[in-house]
Amino acid sequence: MSDKKQNAIPQTVPVQSSTFSQTINAEIRRAAATGIYDIRGGGAKRNVPHFDDLLFLGASISRYPLEGYREKCETNVTLGSRFAKNPIEIDIPITIAGMSFGSLSGGAKEALGRGASMAGTSTTTGDGGMTVEERGHSSKLVYQYLPSRYGMNPDDLRKADAIEVVVGQGAKPGGGGMLLGQKISDRVAQMRNLPKGIDQRSACRHPDWTGPDDMEIKILELREITGWRVPIYVKVGGARPYFDTTLAVKAGADVVVLDGMQGGTAATQDVFIEHVGQPILACIREAVRALQDLDMHREVQLIVSGGVRTGADVAKCMALGADAVSIGTAALIALGDNDPCWEAEYQKLGTTAGAYDDWHEGQDPAGITTQDPELMKRFDPIEGGRRLNNYLKVMTLEAQTIARACGKSHVHNLEPEDLCALTLEAAAMAKVPLAGTNWWPGKPGSSY
Amino acid sequence: MEKLDLQALGLRALNEKLQKQTDETNQKDWEIINPRGSHAIAVGVDAPINVTVRGSTGYYCGGMNKQAHIHVDGSAGPGVAENMMSGIITIEGDASQYAGATGHGGTLVIRGNAASRCGISMKGIDIVVHGNIGHMSAFMAQSGNLVVCGDAGDALGDSIYEARLFVRGSVKSLGADCIEKEMRPKHLEILRGLLEKGECDAKPEEFKRYGSARQLYNFKIDNAY
Repeated sequence: MSDKKQNAIPQTVPVQSSTFSQTINAEIRRAAATGIYDIRGGGAKRNVPHFDDLLFLGASISRYPLEGYREKCETNVTLGSRFAKNPIEIDIPITIAGMSFGSLSGGAKEALGRGASMAGTSTTTGDGGMTVEERGHSSKLVYQYLPSRYGMNPDDLRKADAIEVVVGQGAKPGGGGMLLGQKISDRVAQMRNLPKGIDQRSACRHPDWTGPDDMEIKILELREITGWRVPIYVKVGGARPYFDTTLAVKAGADVVVLDGMQGGTAATQDVFIEHVGQPILACIREAVRALQDLDMHREVQLIVSGGVRTGADVAKCMALGADAVSIGTAALIALGDNDPCWEAEYQKLGTTAGAYDDWHEGQDPAGITTQDPELMKRFDPIEGGRRLNNYLKVMTLEAQTIARACGKSHVHNLEPEDLCALTLEAAAMAKVPLAGTNWWPGKPGSSY
Repeated sequence: MEKLDLQALGLRALNEKLQKQTDETNQKDWEIINPRGSHAIAVGVDAPINVTVRGSTGYYCGGMNKQAHIHVDGSAGPGVAENMMSGIITIEGDASQYAGATGHGGTLVIRGNAASRCGISMKGIDIVVHGNIGHMSAFMAQSGNLVVCGDAGDALGDSIYEARLFVRGSVKSLGADCIEKEMRPKHLEILRGLLEKGECDAKPEEFKRYGSARQLYNFKIDNAY
């Protein structure tokens, strides 16, 4: 060994700051260069306690399982039985969330309708009104009643199988929406009664009511216009699930739709998506508690959403007390959004498959979140519908597999006692025991 | 004239009778008595009929109206004529908040005053107010015309799109992106027609016109406040 090497002083290795990470630093530099905050689509990307932090216990000596492939395990759900003359009957506990025509292409909306109808479930309009294609291809269509009231009219209202009064969504509780001008085609502009090419803002609050007492009267009006025929849902973001659920029920909702922070949006500020609202895991038990306190659990149905991806997630939602789930981002991925087959084009846009979230810019290589006629040609609504149907079938089979393993003849028979949690956080949020214990933080009678 | 007693009949039965009328109906004239401030009176009507409400109404009277001429012989609660598509709704007295909110068409005439947020998010409706209007009126107004023979409150036309606002009296303040605009001959003509329709005793030349400066139409840093 040379003298030089013998005398070398050990060096401190470069250490990246956890606080000032490369991602944060890049965002600081981007903000400094542009002076504008980041707008994107999708839901929270940060790592939050989620369904992966729960496990099913399965059957054992005290629980008797059902045969995995043969014994009956039902999945049907009735939504809106509280007041509506014609509740919605769906075959599977998975619905398609509201996504607007405008943010999505007409072909994508058609594919959602086709896939949902094949699977025996419902789809939902979104901001911007009801399109002929969507109504035509959706056997059960939920019509969203949003603050913007874009395209709202009594004829479409009466064509709907249910009405969803949107108070908030998980990606941005307390926030409105924005459809940037580049996605405003002639048709979108006409439906929204605004000039082509300008940014279309969707208000953060409804224009003609201000609180839960007013909302009760609004629901009365909607029921009167539709002859009390169809269910009325109330959708809220995951902010204060106990109180929001209580107030929605008090206002007369047939169904409460609860959307956690992982739920997607067509476009909003990244800071909103990542820093406002709660994970869906933290919301479900609180909403169920509200329904139970009102003696309305199962009388008013609960649909939950925000990061539901698999049949295991569906089963976990059922076990926590939900009646059904809703999927948006997962449905778009099933249609072909963020597919690696478009990687070269994602690279040109400065991103990569799986990370593409500039849905608001209308340059989606997959032809789904765009109004560009050339890009839209890439998307086949019939094939998209087939893929969505396949995906919904797989999720349902997975949920049934788990339910049977827990000895349940209906997915609604799953219960919190079938679950345990892998982390303290998940145990506290889901109110199920930490694995290997009979305890969770905040358990009644517990000193912690 | 068919007379409907709301207290005796109940809201559902009353609305059902009105909603069953079609373009071909021979029963053109309807009178509603004993409204007693009830909500959602005569909502979702879609027929060329005349409905007179004898007394004041609660929330959302005439909501989503198509074709019908609805006359409230009293004052109206919040959200009168909300999301109206066509027809005429006339209020003899005052109107509460959100009058004509999100209306797509038709005409709303208020012979008294209108409270805050009159014409909020309007999408083609014409609104004629004989008296004053409250704050935040015509917020995010997309299209249509709002005529005010009296004064307008704070933040008129905040974030307005393409709607036209005509005010005869004072405007306490204009909202973001709302400016006074030149009153050209075509606007005087439009206003003359609206004043006639609203049976207003006022001259178009007495009004000022307000509308969008169109500076908030596309998102940019200078608008992000």
